[in-house]
Amino acid sequence: MSDTALPRPAFRAATDEAPLLRIALIGIAVAGLAVLVFAPLAVVFAEALKQGWSASIQSLGNRDARSAIQLTLLITAIAVPANAAFGIASAWFITKFDFRGKAFLITLIDLPFSVSPVVAGLCIVLLFGANSAIGGWLVANGWPIVFAIPGIVLATIFVTFPFVARELIPVMIEQGRAEEEAAVTLGASGWRTFRTVTLPNIRWALLYGTLLCTARAMGEFGAVAVVSGKIRGQTATMPITIEMLYNEYLSVAAFSMAALLTALALVTLLLKTILELRHADQLAATRRH
Amino acid sequence: MTMTARPLVHKTAMPGLGLSAGITLTMLSIVVLLPIGALLLKGASFGLTNVLEVVGRERVMASLYLSFKLSLLAALFNLVFGVLLAWVLVRYRFPGKRILDAAVDLPFALPTAVAGIALTALYAPNGAFGSLAQQVGLKIAYTQVGIFIALVFVGLPFVTRTVQPVIEEIEQEVEEASATLGASRLHTLRHVILPMLTPAALTGFALSLARAVGEYGSVIFIAGNIPLRTEIAPLLIVIQLEEFNYDAAAAIGIAMLVISFAMLLAINLIQIVSRRKMGHV
Repeated sequence: MSDTALPRPAFRAATDEAPLLRIALIGIAVAGLAVLVFAPLAVVFAEALKQGWSASIQSLGNRDARSAIQLTLLITAIAVPANAAFGIASAWFITKFDFRGKAFLITLIDLPFSVSPVVAGLCIVLLFGANSAIGGWLVANGWPIVFAIPGIVLATIFVTFPFVARELIPVMIEQGRAEEEAAVTLGASGWRTFRTVTLPNIRWALLYGTLLCTARAMGEFGAVAVVSGKIRGQTATMPITIEMLYNEYLSVAAFSMAALLTALALVTLLLKTILELRHADQLAATRRH
Repeated sequence: MTMTARPLVHKTAMPGLGLSAGITLTMLSIVVLLPIGALLLKGASFGLTNVLEVVGRERVMASLYLSFKLSLLAALFNLVFGVLLAWVLVRYRFPGKRILDAAVDLPFALPTAVAGIALTALYAPNGAFGSLAQQVGLKIAYTQVGIFIALVFVGLPFVTRTVQPVIEEIEQEVEEASATLGASRLHTLRHVILPMLTPAALTGFALSLARAVGEYGSVIFIAGNIPLRTEIAPLLIVIQLEEFNYDAAAAIGIAMLVISFAMLLAINLIQIVSRRKMGHV
């Protein structure tokens, strides 16, 4: 059958799809996202509030829940600045200097994205666990890494490793080196050049990368599950607590904590969308994650 | 031809070389390289034959096959749906479009454990979708279909987000030229637009696949975790670790590492080939 034989309404531009096809495509997109994304989102809040607001809020008030929330905030407060510092340093190193092996270095920075979080956790256990040489020495000196907070921090930094660097590198390549070179030539110190010349150019991209990093850091499960040891009140983060509550059939408590994390995720999404609308020109050109 | 050795680092007046290189290489080593090195070292001390023996066990092979098969299916679903979604979000105007666009990123922002219990609640026999499915005799949660749905969820944004910028940059003149030359709209879409999207779509497909193969949090709740049937490879690693079988855990971990690298390599090659075909490398 020849496609051109189909009658075409006179008012439709040649670069538009037929109205019916267009409506069908929009319909599939809306229905698909409704089932795949909006339904799970709604279920989290519906299950959390199944026995009313007070039951839900009460479940978040007990000691273990509070300790989980504090632990997750602590881990995030350490891991995110560490990754922001790494992101800035590596982007500066990669974009301001010419050296051999640059492409390989970028590949290595991206590596954590192609490693399963569980394998990441396993690697950390093998390096720092009490059975290993390094881990055994650290434990003997009172510095346990695995089944303790440092291990959770390391696992979180591993899985969020590329976020800030990946966002900054394309932006800094695009902006070039001329402005920094001018500042240095005029006698500015390295630190001053970074603060007054580079930082204003990359601040939105930095904030964007940090946001993505924060969302992932608060919610990381697989890698943390392996290294945390899941000690209630000590090494159980919010996602780990959700798993423990869910497995104990404490559905309202599990979903209440899930709803809290979901609310934080929604705030992140909102901030991210605002950044994309306001400062699209100063973010990495491709929105690749 | 004279060979001049390229210096390791070109001399420049730019400050901060030592500091930025130092921070980068130190953190990269402590966080990524040494831990992965520890895994490979563990595998080496366990011995290749032992590693292969563990990977060859029926239960391990079944889990690797399951993870790979369902990840491939989920990534294929996301490839088709993701391109459609990107097209709709860039080209059409309709109410609620902005919310839809933002919602695409939700699987990135939502913690995997939350996604896991939410999907299970939804698709369990007493859940909203699960009970509907049961009326037509379909069981979703605690079967491979459930794992597939979880993997579709976590990989959903990748293709859309890589294809969207490419569609935005397509110049409408190309489509007009195609239409002027007598091509129908469908012909233009298939033979003009689709080839332009292929490299980006394949990148998104690869990212979606890589993410799905290693996925743990969103899957274990809905999977039911029945050995040989709904047990994914990352879960087997966790089980081995809980029994303090570090050697076996390392063996499975190395197998997964090799599979993901092989996949990335294969898809990078496909991409290079498809870019060459397009004419702009």
